[in-house]
Amino acid sequence: MNYVIIGNGPAGVIAAETLRQSDPQDSIVLIGDELEPPYSRMAIPYLLMGDIQEAGTYLRKDANHFRNLNIELLVARADKVDPTNKKVFLNNGKTVNYDKLLIASGSRPVAPPITGMNLPGIYPCWTMEDSRHIMKLAKKGARVLQMGAGFIGCIILEALASRGVELIVVEMGNRMVPRMMTEGAGGLIKKWCEKKGVKVFTSTKVEAIEKSGNSANPLKVKLSNGESLTVGLVISATGVRPNTEFLKGSGIVTDVGIKVDETMQTNVPGVYAAGDVAQAQEFYTGAQMVNAIQPNAADQARIAALNMAGKSARSQGTMAINVLNTLGLISSSFGQWMGVAGGDHTELVDEDNFRYMHLEFKDDILVGATSLGLTQHVGVIRGLIQGKIRLGEWKDLLLKDPTRIMEAYLARTQGSNFKFAA
Amino acid sequence: MAWHKQVLRVNLSKGTCKAEPLNMKWVQDYLGQRGLATKYLVEEIDPKVDPLSPDNKMIFVTGPLTGTMASTGGRYSVVTKGPLTGAVACSNSGGYFGAELKMAGWDMIIFEGKSPKPVYLLIQNEKAELLPAENFIWGKSTWDTEELLKKKHQDPLIRVSSIGRAGENKVLFAAIVNDLHRAAGRSGVGAVMGSKNLKAVAVRGTKGVTVANPKEFMKATIAAKKVLADSAVTGQGLPKFGTQVLMNVINEIGASPTRNHRDVQFEGASKISAEAMHEKRPTDGKANLVTNQACFGCTIACGRISKIDETHWTVKNKPEYWGASGGLEYEAAWALGNDNGVDDLEALTYANFICNEDGMDPITFGATVAAAMELYEMGVITEKDTGIKAPFGSAEALCKFTEWTAHGEGFGKILGLGSKRMCEKYGHPELSMTVKGQEFPAYDSRGIQGMGLAYATSNRGACHLRGYTVASEVMGIPVKTDPLTTDGKAGLVKAFQDATAVVDSTGLCVFTTFAWTLNDIQPQLQTACEGDWSLEKLNLVGERIWNMEREFNNAAGFTAKDDTLPKRLLTEAAKTGPAKGKVNELGKMLPEYYKLRGWTPDGVPTKETRQRLGL
Amino acid sequence: MQRSLLINPDICTGCLQCEMACSFEHFGMINPSKSVIKVFEFHHDGRKVPYTCTQCAEAWCLHACPVEAIVINKETGAKVILEDVCVGCKVCTIACPFGTVNYNHDSGKVMKCDLCGGDPACALACPTGAITYVDSDWTGLERMRQWAAKTDSRPKAQA
Ligand SMILES: Cc1cc2nc3c(=O)[nH]c(=O)nc-3n(C[C@H](O)[C@H](O)[C@H](O)COP(=O)(O)OP(=O)(O)OC[C@H]3O[C@@H](n4cnc5c(N)ncnc54)[C@H](O)[C@@H]3O)c2cc1C
Ligand code: SF4
Ligand code: SF4
Repeated sequence: MNYVIIGNGPAGVIAAETLRQSDPQDSIVLIGDELEPPYSRMAIPYLLMGDIQEAGTYLRKDANHFRNLNIELLVARADKVDPTNKKVFLNNGKTVNYDKLLIASGSRPVAPPITGMNLPGIYPCWTMEDSRHIMKLAKKGARVLQMGAGFIGCIILEALASRGVELIVVEMGNRMVPRMMTEGAGGLIKKWCEKKGVKVFTSTKVEAIEKSGNSANPLKVKLSNGESLTVGLVISATGVRPNTEFLKGSGIVTDVGIKVDETMQTNVPGVYAAGDVAQAQEFYTGAQMVNAIQPNAADQARIAALNMAGKSARSQGTMAINVLNTLGLISSSFGQWMGVAGGDHTELVDEDNFRYMHLEFKDDILVGATSLGLTQHVGVIRGLIQGKIRLGEWKDLLLKDPTRIMEAYLARTQGSNFKFAA
Repeated sequence: MAWHKQVLRVNLSKGTCKAEPLNMKWVQDYLGQRGLATKYLVEEIDPKVDPLSPDNKMIFVTGPLTGTMASTGGRYSVVTKGPLTGAVACSNSGGYFGAELKMAGWDMIIFEGKSPKPVYLLIQNEKAELLPAENFIWGKSTWDTEELLKKKHQDPLIRVSSIGRAGENKVLFAAIVNDLHRAAGRSGVGAVMGSKNLKAVAVRGTKGVTVANPKEFMKATIAAKKVLADSAVTGQGLPKFGTQVLMNVINEIGASPTRNHRDVQFEGASKISAEAMHEKRPTDGKANLVTNQACFGCTIACGRISKIDETHWTVKNKPEYWGASGGLEYEAAWALGNDNGVDDLEALTYANFICNEDGMDPITFGATVAAAMELYEMGVITEKDTGIKAPFGSAEALCKFTEWTAHGEGFGKILGLGSKRMCEKYGHPELSMTVKGQEFPAYDSRGIQGMGLAYATSNRGACHLRGYTVASEVMGIPVKTDPLTTDGKAGLVKAFQDATAVVDSTGLCVFTTFAWTLNDIQPQLQTACEGDWSLEKLNLVGERIWNMEREFNNAAGFTAKDDTLPKRLLTEAAKTGPAKGKVNELGKMLPEYYKLRGWTPDGVPTKETRQRLGL
Repeated sequence: MQRSLLINPDICTGCLQCEMACSFEHFGMINPSKSVIKVFEFHHDGRKVPYTCTQCAEAWCLHACPVEAIVINKETGAKVILEDVCVGCKVCTIACPFGTVNYNHDSGKVMKCDLCGGDPACALACPTGAITYVDSDWTGLERMRQWAAKTDSRPKAQA
């Protein structure tokens, strides 16, 4: 069998390894268009913080890892896929043939439609290359404006703050991390950031960026609230979009991302997709969604690879699970954190100490959660949601005191023949 | 290290919390926990102070082995001047709270003054703050308090030590309860906490505890744990039966005070014994006992966890009491049961739950009810006073009295004074079965002579935990002596008192001494602590602590006259059992005891003694 | 033969010797808050339940880790955190559906059960036999019974 994988991020790498596990002989080609060895975007913040060197971001630490596994790494961009003839065309003029293809090309940042985005000193924070630019400009004392305080934005914030820059954050939504956190939690995160000396504008847009004429802070950023700020670096973290352009005309159906079924197969037999680029069924709603997070990339890659290798594995549906460290305040969110029709919820807030817990139920099943400050045994929230564990009388107890989630989990799972299924 | 060398000083009047270094010089002389905190107390307060005034201080203290892997190393004590006795009060508790305080980096907390408004202390490692308790946990039981604090601070692992309504109402035998059913129980330490408007101490500690010589310490603790496991008492009897293992034993030797010490054997003992707790009830087919439970680090696990029969009249319409909770220990079973002639196991369990829930010492409470029942039977008080028919044997009266005292209602307000003040009020001080104002525990000194001396000379009033010669006189630990004679008892009492003072200062549980001697404890201390902790030094520490406590009491106004027993025990002979015809012969033991202690005939440490001990 | 931790909550007394032993083994100090085995208490039923990673076959934590900081120990089968590789992103803590990877605030890294390299300190420290380290294929009911009888030599208060 001849496997080709487009994209060498976590999804691509895990899929390649899973394929290798099922057969030592098959040919596996892993194509990536970045110059570095396969690395993890997620580790970039820790690179910015100086906790690790570039090598610390590499997905596999052993330099011979891929060679030892006989996985061929190709540095090139796939420009076109021809499913009829089972070929992938590369930007270096070469083509590769495949028997089965996995598309794991991830996503990339979208620049907001404002004037001045092409000026020097404006970067997304997405690739290793981006991070090198940022590290050059984000020196101690520099003024940095970050557009967007979404999930990724909040993670970068931590890294930037640790570099000792003066930070300004501008977010369109009415709170921080609006697409992952409840009002209560997002509001508290904003309060926390302000307490830590970060200037935060919510419900505010960047309208334009111009040259300021000031050599230390060459950029002038105009905000929708009328203010103008001069800064040395603008980081654009306003959202990402799946890398699907090269599939135009291939017949592989895309919507926001590449549409896949529960085996991660696209509409074209033998062609699969996984990770940030895939649009798969959501666990609870069943609606198709792109779930651009690391654990999803890992799960989907394994399922795709197992199916490609002829084994059967089905996704239960993808679920958003996030954990964030915003300047030391740890938050997490799971599944239908915003609640579902006909469901009910409980919320416990300790504003002074930045503790927060919000659980969403449908009947006696947990469907979503948001927390601040919870770091022990958090995973059981995933276990409860994805295991669709009936909480019975424990739900009433959780409504009264959501912090007893671990007890509820143990009570409802230990001793029975509970098994958490994928 | 075994000590964090950190004291938290909380001034409730000013609302301040300050860290200060632990006096390591005193540590060398007084070790920790009981000894060390008492040293602080005697140095810092006027012995004549009114225990419930702001000038009294209250100290929560751990020992060097608290929070370590030494078996039972989870204890803490509350040291203050006790309102029940006016003597030094030192009440020791297990559970998890003490270890948590240690994990947070504190050896002790000194509370001084009085808060203008009800507050609680929250400790999260080095962070300590006083927070308002009003409209939150004030007025709540200890159980609700713990639950509400964990919820408010969103941490199920917070450990809480608090007073219930009894402490708020300054019931003179109010306890401080931690972990739902462990208590610093005796001498009214809870009333002192209440008088300071301090509702609770909530602690979460993540700093941990280190020891001086980890490898050797592990070896020493493993060896010592084996001794506990191999002993019939700590390895078999206590885990299976709890301290209740004693109910039948003590009754058989005719040393079970019954109906306010009128009798020395209780005909209903077998119905409320450890064995009875194991028996399946005819009503629901379940046993009263659910399981045993350990305190932090304890490899004995003597704790009782019980469930009351849901159909029993005490809880029929109260599902909130259907869950498992702290069941009967021997002292509580005896005080609520034998001493009142009540043999209804479920009713006793209920009364015990309430004592835990609102923080009362079941020994003093039970014994006070016993005195009230005797007054009632004598016609001194009537249903008009008590609000319910209250003859000996009435489980109903006992349970009502428990609720009323816990909640500060009706006759409960009078019971809340303890038996001494109550009996004085009704003109019969002789009916109060107390020494220095504190009620006896479950051993009648007519049948166990040495205990008479131990009670009479105990520094915190009548108490079994200051010198438990029962071990020798009944169980033969470390050697068997005859419970009916006074020979050698003075020396025995002194030895037990001094050794116990050491154990109480380590962070370990005194129950280990059913199997351990100081020879087993010393290597654990030596490897955990910096400095020299030889046996000789420990023996001296024990004696020093005892004499320091004695001197405080003397300065508080106690004299040799107070080293006595109620008339009943000295003049009314035991009616049945092996001790039939016997009274306690305190007079035969006391002079010898004073001599052995190096005290004057008036019970005052001589100059030589003081010098020898470095006082 | 690979072995695993077998936990019998029925005979756990809640002494926390396992938690102390765990923290002592990994951090050289007694600090239950850093233990990766935790005893949960169910007051209402008087039950104590020790709980830790079962070294599950799916290894959600390992697969979710973006930097290969979780690896399998070939001898014990344990999924082990490499502290110097871990960046502290905490993704594993939300990925493990059993909640058995925890964040360590002091180190900024995560912690989980590593079976102590094949000689689990918790099992050694447990005084009642509630935690034992047994052959992984000891799952047959009869064997379980034998095992229970063997460890039940110690008296227990359960009526
Ligand atoms: C700063 C930052 C912080 C993050 N933090 C978190 C976090 O805390 N938690 C979390 O869950 N997620 C986080 N993420 C998201 C996470 O990194 C992604 O979800 C994950 O990387 C997705 O993996 P993937 O393999 O699907 O895609 P990617 O990692 O994007 O890998 C895709 C690879 O394919 C390459 N490629 C694309 N198109 C082509 C082509 N046509 N030909 C060849 N190669 C191509 C890309 O260049 C890339 O190298 C973070 C991301 C960033 C940038
Ligand atoms: S930590 Fe969780 S996911 Fe990882 S091996 Fe253990 S149980 Fe499995
Ligand atoms: S916290 Fe450490 S071990 Fe866990 S996923 Fe992140 S890098 Fe890996």
